[in-house]
Amino acid sequence: MLEFPRWKVIWLWLITLGFALAALPSVVDVAGLRWPAGLPEPKVNLGLDLAGGSDILLEADPTQVRTQRIEGMEESVRNKLRTMSQPVRISDISNNNGTLTFLVDDPSKIDAVREAVLPLTNGAGLTGKRDWTINVVDGNRFVLAPTQEGIDQAVTQAMDTAVEVVRKRIDALGTKEPTIVRSGADRILVQVPGLQDPQALKNLLGQTAKLEFKLVDGSANPADVAQGIVPPGDEIVPYADVKPGQPAPKIAVHRLGGIRGDELTNAQLSNNPQTNAADVAITFNSDGGAKFAKLTSANVGKPFAIILDGKVLSAPNINEPILGGSAVISGNFTNDSASQLAISLRSGALPVDLKVIEERTVGPDLGADSIRKGVIAMGVGTLALVVFILVTYGRFGVYACVALLINLFMILGTMGLIGTTLTLPGIAGFVLTIGAAVDAQVLIFERIREERHRGRRVVQAVEIGYKEATRAIFDANFTNIIAATLMFAFGSGPVKGFAVVLMIGIVTSVFTGVVLTRMWVAQWLRRARPAEINL
Amino acid sequence: MKLLKLVPDHTNIHFLKWRVPFYLVSVLLVAASWGLVLTKGLNLGVDFIGGQMIRVTFDHSAEAPVATLRDEVTQLGYGEPTIQRFGKPNEISIRMKLPVGADKDPALSDKMSRTITASVKAHHADARIDGVDSVSGKVSKELGWDAFRALGLAAVFVAGYIWLRFEWQFGIGALLSLVHDVSLTLGLFALTQMEFDLNIVAALLTLIGYSLNDTIVVYDRIRENLKKYRKMPMPELLDLSVNETLARTIVTSLSMLITLIALLLLGPQVIFGFTAAITLGIFVGTYSSIYMAAPILIWLKVSSKSFVPGEASGDVPPSAKRA
Repeated sequence: MLEFPRWKVIWLWLITLGFALAALPSVVDVAGLRWPAGLPEPKVNLGLDLAGGSDILLEADPTQVRTQRIEGMEESVRNKLRTMSQPVRISDISNNNGTLTFLVDDPSKIDAVREAVLPLTNGAGLTGKRDWTINVVDGNRFVLAPTQEGIDQAVTQAMDTAVEVVRKRIDALGTKEPTIVRSGADRILVQVPGLQDPQALKNLLGQTAKLEFKLVDGSANPADVAQGIVPPGDEIVPYADVKPGQPAPKIAVHRLGGIRGDELTNAQLSNNPQTNAADVAITFNSDGGAKFAKLTSANVGKPFAIILDGKVLSAPNINEPILGGSAVISGNFTNDSASQLAISLRSGALPVDLKVIEERTVGPDLGADSIRKGVIAMGVGTLALVVFILVTYGRFGVYACVALLINLFMILGTMGLIGTTLTLPGIAGFVLTIGAAVDAQVLIFERIREERHRGRRVVQAVEIGYKEATRAIFDANFTNIIAATLMFAFGSGPVKGFAVVLMIGIVTSVFTGVVLTRMWVAQWLRRARPAEINL
Repeated sequence: MKLLKLVPDHTNIHFLKWRVPFYLVSVLLVAASWGLVLTKGLNLGVDFIGGQMIRVTFDHSAEAPVATLRDEVTQLGYGEPTIQRFGKPNEISIRMKLPVGADKDPALSDKMSRTITASVKAHHADARIDGVDSVSGKVSKELGWDAFRALGLAAVFVAGYIWLRFEWQFGIGALLSLVHDVSLTLGLFALTQMEFDLNIVAALLTLIGYSLNDTIVVYDRIRENLKKYRKMPMPELLDLSVNETLARTIVTSLSMLITLIALLLLGPQVIFGFTAAITLGIFVGTYSSIYMAAPILIWLKVSSKSFVPGEASGDVPPSAKRA
C-alpha cells in the first residue's frame, strides 16, 4: 500500500484542488467580502429559508383549458360552415358535457360537413393521435370530443405561455433574479429572493387579464337577465363594480362575435384630463386594430361591454367607429390598480387562471440571522471536533482533520459547480456527512490500533486497517446513497435539498477520508519508516 | 504525547447478557411512543395540515406577549390561533387554519395574513414579521404523502441492500432498528409537542442514515467474526463484535454530538427542533445497533453457515489464528 505512483499523486491533488477551490467564491461571499470580478465564480445559492425571500407555488385549472378549447372549436366550426362556398345550416349547438354537438339540418350534407370540420383538428404532438374525435350519431348529429392527448398538449402549451407571461410580469416589477419554473403538469414555482412584501407580486400573478369586447344584447329582457335566464346566443356577465350589500348588476352580451384584447402592442396608465380618473390606454396591433375598427363601424350607436376576467368594467355606447387602433378603458381604477392592469395587459393574458396554493416568505432579517448563527455554530462545532480528533488520534488525527476541512470545501465547491441551492435541510445533510466522514476515519484508525494490539507490524497494521475498514465504510455509504437517491426521486422541497447535499457529501467523504488520508499516511510511512506509531 | 483512549483496550462488557430485559424495554418504549403519538398526537405544522404560519420576533421585549396576542388575533374573527414560542422567548409563531373557501379563492387567505400582520404591527411597535407560510390543504396532503413515501421507500430499499450484502436476518434487523429509532423520535415530538414540519422529516432521514451507518459497522464486524470463529456461540460472538467496535462507536457518536450540541446551543432558532431530533437520534441509533440489531440475529438463528456454506468443520481456535 505504500506504493503511490507519482501520476496518481498528481491526479488526486488535481481533483482535490479543483473541487475545493471552487468553494472559494461561496466562502468569500458568506464572509461578506467581495469576490474579484473577472474570475469564474461558481457560487452556492442560499435557499430562501436562509437568505430571505418569497416562494410562491401557482396552480392552473386544466378544466379551464378544456372549456376554452371547446368554445374555440365552436367558433371555428360556425365560421367554417358559414363561409363555405355552399353554406351549411346547423342547429341545436351545445357545448355541454365536455363535447361539442350540433345537428346538420340537411342530412345529405353530412359528408361535406365532415370534410370541412376535419381540417380544424390536428395531430396531438408525437402521440400519433388527433386532438379531436369526430363522430356522427343519430344520422345527423355531429359529436366533437377533445381527446386526452389533445387536452394534454393544450395544457402544456398553455402552461408554457403562462410561464412566459409570469416572467414578463415579474420583470416589469423590477424584481431581481427571480426563478420561474414549471413544476409538474399544471404548476409554476416562482422564487423571488429578498422580496419584502410579495403582495404586489401576488396581485399581479392572480390577475388573468383576459380582456374582451362583446356587444350588449339590447333585446334581452332585463328582468330575465337579473334572474339569470340566459337569452339564446348570449351569456350573462356581472359588473365588476359592486356596491356593498347589493347583488352584482348583470348584463347580457352576445357570446360570440366579440374580440379579445390579446392583440395589443401597448397598454399604460393614463389620467383622464377632465376628471383626473385613472384609466388604461391601450393600443392594438394592426390585426387587432382592424378587427376593432370593423366591430365598432358595424355597430355605431349600440353599447358594447368591456369585460376583464369575466367581469364588466363598463358598457359604453359606440358613438363613432374607432379606426385608429387605440382606446381608453375606464372603470373605477386607482393609480395602482390601473398601472397593474397595464402591466398585465402588456405582458399578455394568462391562458389559464393561476391560483396561489402555497406561499412561503422569510424576512431578510431572519434569514441573515440564521446564516450568521449557523456559521458560528458550525465554526465552533468544527473547532471542538478538530480538538477532539487531534487528542484522540495524534498524527493520524491531523490527517483526519485536514481531510475533513478539504471535504467541507469540496462539498461546497461541487454544489457551486452544479449550481445547487443550500437550504436549512441541506445543513442537516452537511451534519450527517461530517458524521459519516469522521466515522470513516475512526473506523480505519481503530482498526489499525486493533491490528497493532494483535502484534502486526506498523505497515501491515495500516494496510489491514484500511482494507478491513473500507468494507464497512463502503456498505454504510452505499446504503446512504440508496436512501439519498430515493429521497431525491420521491421527496419534495426540503427532502430533496437534503438528498443533494448527502449524495455529494458521501462521495467527497469517501474520497477525502479514505483515498486522500491513505496517500498521506503512505507517504509518511515511506519517508519516516517508523517502527512504532503513536495511535 | 499520550493519546486519549475513551475505551480501554481489551474491554469486554457482556452487553448481550441483558438482551431480553433491554428488548422488553425497547418494545415498551416503542409502544409508549406510538401511544403518545396516537393519544396526544403530533403538533403538525402547516406543511402537513395546511394553514398559515406567521413568525414574529419582538425586538425589544424579553418575552413575547402571548396571551395578549391570542386575544388580539381571536378578535379578528378568523378563529383562535395556535401561538407557540420557538427558540427564544421573544420569538413566536402564530398558526391559523385557512379561512373557509380559501381553496376556491386564495385572496381570502391573503387577506387573513394581511389583517393579522397589520394588527400585530399596530398593537406592538417592536414586532418584526419574520416570515409567512401559507400552505393550501391540497399541497399539504401532497407534502405529507411525498415525505412518507420517501421515508418508506428509503427504508425498504436499504433493508433490501443489506439483505443482499449480508443475509436476510440482517436486513430484518436493520429494518427493525430503523422502526425503533423513528418511533422513539416521533414519541419525543408527541411528548414535547414541538412542531413537526417538513424540516423534521429531513432530521428523521438524517437519523435513519446515521443509525444505519452504525448498524452496518456492527454487522460488518459480526460477519467478519462469523467467518473467523465458526464454533463460537452466537451471544458470545455478538458480544465480541460489539466490544471490538465499541471504541469506534463511542468516538463517532461523540464527534457527532460535539457538532450537534454546538448547533443546538449556538445555531439558529429555526433549526432547534430539527437539531434536537438528530441529537436524540444519535443516542437512540447507537443503542439500537447494539440492543435491537444485534440480538435479533440470535433469534433469527444466524450462524457461520450463512457465510461459509458447507464448511462448518475444520475450525481453528481463535488463539491460533492470531499468531
